[in-house]
Amino acid sequence: MSEAEPAVPEPSSPPEEGRRPFLEVADLRIHFPTDDGLVKSVDGLSFAVERGRTLGIVGESGSGKSVTSLGILGLHNRKNARVSGEIWLNGKELVSADPDDVRRLRGRDMAMIFQDPLSSMHPFFTVGAQIVEAYRIHNDVSKKVARKHAIDMLGRVGIPTPDKRVDDYPHQFSGGMRQRAMIAMALSCDPELLIADEPTTALDVTVQAQILDLLRDLQREFNSAIIMITHDLGVVAELADDVLVMYGGRCVEYGGVDDMFHRPLHPYTWGLLGSMPRLDRARSERLMPVKGAPPSLINLPSGCAFHPRCAYAELTCGLSETEVPELRVELEPTHRAACHLDAAERRRVWDAEIRPKL
Amino acid sequence: MLVVTSMVTFGIFFVLPKLAGQTTDQIAATYAGKAATEEVIADIKERLGLDDPVVVQYARFAKGIVAGQNYDNGPSEIHCPPPCLGYSFRTSQPVLPTLLDRAPVTLSLALGASILWVVFGVSIGILSALRRGSLFDRAAMITALAGVSLPIYFTGLLSLTIFAYGLKLWPKGVKYIPLTESPGEWFYNLILPWVTLAFLTAALYARLTRAGMLDTLGEDYIRTARAKGLPERTVIGKHALRSSLTPILTIFGLDLGVLLGGAVLTESTFGLPGLGALSIQSIFSGDLPMVIGVVLVATGFVVFLNFLVDVLYAVVDPRVRLS
Repeated sequence: MSEAEPAVPEPSSPPEEGRRPFLEVADLRIHFPTDDGLVKSVDGLSFAVERGRTLGIVGESGSGKSVTSLGILGLHNRKNARVSGEIWLNGKELVSADPDDVRRLRGRDMAMIFQDPLSSMHPFFTVGAQIVEAYRIHNDVSKKVARKHAIDMLGRVGIPTPDKRVDDYPHQFSGGMRQRAMIAMALSCDPELLIADEPTTALDVTVQAQILDLLRDLQREFNSAIIMITHDLGVVAELADDVLVMYGGRCVEYGGVDDMFHRPLHPYTWGLLGSMPRLDRARSERLMPVKGAPPSLINLPSGCAFHPRCAYAELTCGLSETEVPELRVELEPTHRAACHLDAAERRRVWDAEIRPKL
Repeated sequence: MLVVTSMVTFGIFFVLPKLAGQTTDQIAATYAGKAATEEVIADIKERLGLDDPVVVQYARFAKGIVAGQNYDNGPSEIHCPPPCLGYSFRTSQPVLPTLLDRAPVTLSLALGASILWVVFGVSIGILSALRRGSLFDRAAMITALAGVSLPIYFTGLLSLTIFAYGLKLWPKGVKYIPLTESPGEWFYNLILPWVTLAFLTAALYARLTRAGMLDTLGEDYIRTARAKGLPERTVIGKHALRSSLTPILTIFGLDLGVLLGGAVLTESTFGLPGLGALSIQSIFSGDLPMVIGVVLVATGFVVFLNFLVDVLYAVVDPRVRLS
């Protein structure tokens, strides 16, 4: 597989001249000053998502995935977070916007599905009331109309007898149904951007597949842009068009989903792929987890944040310990990676050492 | 609910006379008066059945509640109509009317104070939580600490000295005027006891509300509420408040129940003739039937309010409801 091969699929249709992508995040930094030091949860992140496309953000716990999504929605703690960079949603810049304007966009233009549907729904209000509430903030309709809409939404996300379940409380729903209700709530105002923060992590495997199917169907129906935050590469393979791999608050690799699975460029991505259990392999083969623990966001390793865990760090002649690698386009047109290691060398390692073991 | 009440009745009946450390002879002697002869005392013991086994006495007492009871004290026979909680030979009064006579005082004190402490405690707690670390928060929490630590007989006397006598707002001290007699006077005289009593409890409630609110604000569903685009005041006022007030409800029920059985310290400090003052008075004069009556009423209030809280809890928190 060489660069010359023309059949590389375009991961993302490049934006037309003079027009911004639907969602564009440019050099986003979210830092939290604490007593122990500055926590750089997100440090210079850029990406773009078009309508009808899905971006998967992958990374370990504490790599800044969730903070990124909360930052886009403006849900980070405003009192102690320092945010810089730009977030353009549909031609409107959000970082510098008035928090109240951002609030008005929340729920209507951009909505979020959270990881744990039980703790994310208010235990004292009925599911219907919570959807009605979400709908009525942004739509000036009567309670009756809103209730009909809520029932309609519950039906659309596949909840049986929605006219009865609408008056149930979250604890009366099963895990999968609760996540469906959560999705119904998020979609109640037809948002154009949907951020799903590990939407299937708390669910059974069988239910996971249903929820992913549902998301895909709804995306087709609403033509919304989806950001799928997950550490589950299976979910990414299933749903995403583009993939962004985060490590230590930065993007280490960004590209189309096929490239990411067949031609990954970054040693960390190799590690992620190696830690994924596969059914089509003999059980005697061991998984290849990424050694070590995720770095502290207060005290990131110097240079390439991944170098203490990288098996190939010494091949860079010490460069990885002193200099932060830049995110460079390595495979045309948009497959980018941040690694000091020579691209040809990496391709050799991938072909010879990593791929056969996956 | 009834089980607990009857258990407590049973308990006080068996334990109280022993705790009082009096023999039946002494009890009879107090009833008979100073000049009583041996025979008179023996006669009283006989007539009132003081030497009967406790179980028999208890049965008689329990029967009295339902059917009324006659007390034969020699020269005359006193009839105590049901529900009869006993007859006090100290005051020559049946217990129940005395309790009913004293109850409005305690009721006025407890209800007024509880309104004050809930309103102030909860709102200060909320504001503190929302402005955590601010000057207001610190001032409120230091005041709350003082409120929790200072005993009521200290703050009570202090407020009497400063406001009643020092500033001559209540130059003759406070006294209880029935509401039916003069609502204005009733209110004016109760202000000081209310505030003093409420200060203590409001401090506790402020701390509890603050802690509960801070807990709730960290919940995922608060983030969801914000993600919906709800304005902050709805997030706080509707979503956060609802959850953080449920534990307050429990404690409020308990506190009010205890208080309705007699605010002993407050009533004694301010000289209000309520149930608390009555219980102290009865204990000191060895008036066992009255003590039993007061304890019984106090138990009744606590148990009833607990029951009420349980019912309300099911209304507030759907997870508690039986499916």
